[in-house]
Amino acid sequence: MEQILANGLYLGAQYALIALGLTLIFSLMNVLNFAHGQMYVFGGFVTYTVVAQLGLPFIVGLLASAVVLAVMGALIEKFLFRPVIRRSKRDESTMLLAAGIAFFLDAVILLLFGEKQRGVPKIVNGVFNWDMRLIMPYDRILIAMAAVALIVGFILFMQYSRTGRAMRALAQDRVAAQLMGVDVDRYSMIGFAMGAMLAGLVGGLLVTITGINLGMGGPTSVKAFLMIMIGGAGVISGAIAGGFILGMMESVGLTVLAAYGDITYLVIFVTLMIFLAIRPQGLMGKPWG
Amino acid sequence: MTDHTHSSDPTQRPGLPARLLGIAAFLLLVFVLVPLFIRITGRWDFYYTLTSVALLSVAAAGVWLTFYIGRINIGQGAYALTGGYVSAILIMKYGVSFWLTLPLAGLFCAVVSVGIGLPILRLRGVYFAMVTLVLTEVARLTALALPITNGAKGITSIPLPGELSIFGLTIIPDFATLQNPKLAFYLMAALLMVLTYLVLWRIVNSRLGHLCRSLQQNEELSASIGVNTAMLRVLAYAISSFFGGLAGAIFVAISQSIYPSSFVVNDSVNFMLYCFLGGLGYVFGPMLGTLLLYFGWDLLSVAKEYQLLIYSGTMIALMLVLPNGVLSLLDRKGGRK
Repeated sequence: MEQILANGLYLGAQYALIALGLTLIFSLMNVLNFAHGQMYVFGGFVTYTVVAQLGLPFIVGLLASAVVLAVMGALIEKFLFRPVIRRSKRDESTMLLAAGIAFFLDAVILLLFGEKQRGVPKIVNGVFNWDMRLIMPYDRILIAMAAVALIVGFILFMQYSRTGRAMRALAQDRVAAQLMGVDVDRYSMIGFAMGAMLAGLVGGLLVTITGINLGMGGPTSVKAFLMIMIGGAGVISGAIAGGFILGMMESVGLTVLAAYGDITYLVIFVTLMIFLAIRPQGLMGKPWG
Repeated sequence: MTDHTHSSDPTQRPGLPARLLGIAAFLLLVFVLVPLFIRITGRWDFYYTLTSVALLSVAAAGVWLTFYIGRINIGQGAYALTGGYVSAILIMKYGVSFWLTLPLAGLFCAVVSVGIGLPILRLRGVYFAMVTLVLTEVARLTALALPITNGAKGITSIPLPGELSIFGLTIIPDFATLQNPKLAFYLMAALLMVLTYLVLWRIVNSRLGHLCRSLQQNEELSASIGVNTAMLRVLAYAISSFFGGLAGAIFVAISQSIYPSSFVVNDSVNFMLYCFLGGLGYVFGPMLGTLLLYFGWDLLSVAKEYQLLIYSGTMIALMLVLPNGVLSLLDRKGGRK
């Protein structure tokens, strides 16, 4: 039991971090970022390149992922989403753009990094073993703690910094924020950059444990959508809750339902659909997004 | 919002003779010129591509209809998969004729979609989009888990469509005896596509279409003046799923096999993209979008490893130049805006 809970928390911490980036972008710009999973994969490959190929320390790789993805996010917002949002008749047009970017990033990853599964060596060795009741490698514990630290840092940033306040205002009411003198374009760009950066950071963190490959992008996006649906789209606390709930459900499901075959995700999906039929806006979301 | 509804308004269209001429030209192109072109150039592989385009555009027509009531549908893959499995199981386990399984597959999907649609159609915007996306995953996982679908091994070596005859009169010959089943499949798919768009066009230009547009613009307002919005959106969704099931069933007949991964999340996303690219305000948008994206993808295979790069790059560029779909070019030419 302790093992299941620990696994759930470990998964949840990573998931929450992925969901945070997605929900940030959604709340600021009303864009469902289909390319989020690809950004995560890209971040993983950047860390891999810096650590395994250039031989630099892991922390440098992580920083490189964050910087590369933040710049990528900012450029994507400025040159792609902004003009399309301004000119299209329906908000949904951004979905085509986001899906196009997802394909594009897939192509770029394929050309730059190839299609092989990549990983970097463990950053710390050894396994934490509590009386055989709870076994967890130290590097997993470290990564989970790093993820939690990043989540806390993100919340503090959103809560207390000037930029964070501006972005929260923007998420609440775009027009009102603009009237109060918030530079909407600038903070949309920063928000998108931060969302992409979070995706890249998770990729960088996980490349040490699960490794990374080209095919992980799409499924990661689907999981991230699940999380923000559970918690409510565009709400930061909801994304964190959604991440931990999904992580826990996955961990419990894989153990309890193992006897019935590979149906964990089927059960999770069906549960979610029933839940959404009763509470469409998720746990903490605003009705109708 | 009001702008693009005009373009589907019958009064804004060219006169009747011009329209009939356009339809005749289109039919001539699809049923005569394309087979002729393929015969001359000898590019028999185009038949498969164009058959796929026709079938995908049938499924995309359904997605478009859900867009028309203001819902983003990324779950058409689920119904295509369901339709395919219904047809395959009926043929293999119960020996039903393929031609009978076609409408049955569509109807089964429509019934299922009513059950699923009743709760989830209450959702809007990205919530509905995300749930439908998850639906595709649910369909795949269900197909993996159920015993009747034969799990990951799928159902294979399904016979080609047999003979269809009414009162001893052969209407469609047995596909296995045909010299060129590729051509037969192409003609069948093209015919189905034409019929689908005829139905879609008829729906849009009817009372039902007007009601759907009112839903797209403001659901509360239309409910307040007495439109049965709950019934209407389930109806539109059921028609949409019917198209999805139909297309899926024929795909199975062509490939003679079906696996849980025959239609995945990517396919669902693609159906949505076809609609976007063609233009959400135009009945024939999804057809054009499917042709451009699918045929374009096929032609780009000469670029080898750069195929996806060029394809997605073009898609992004098109979105930047024409954010309202390719068919919005027509608007500009007519001086309407």
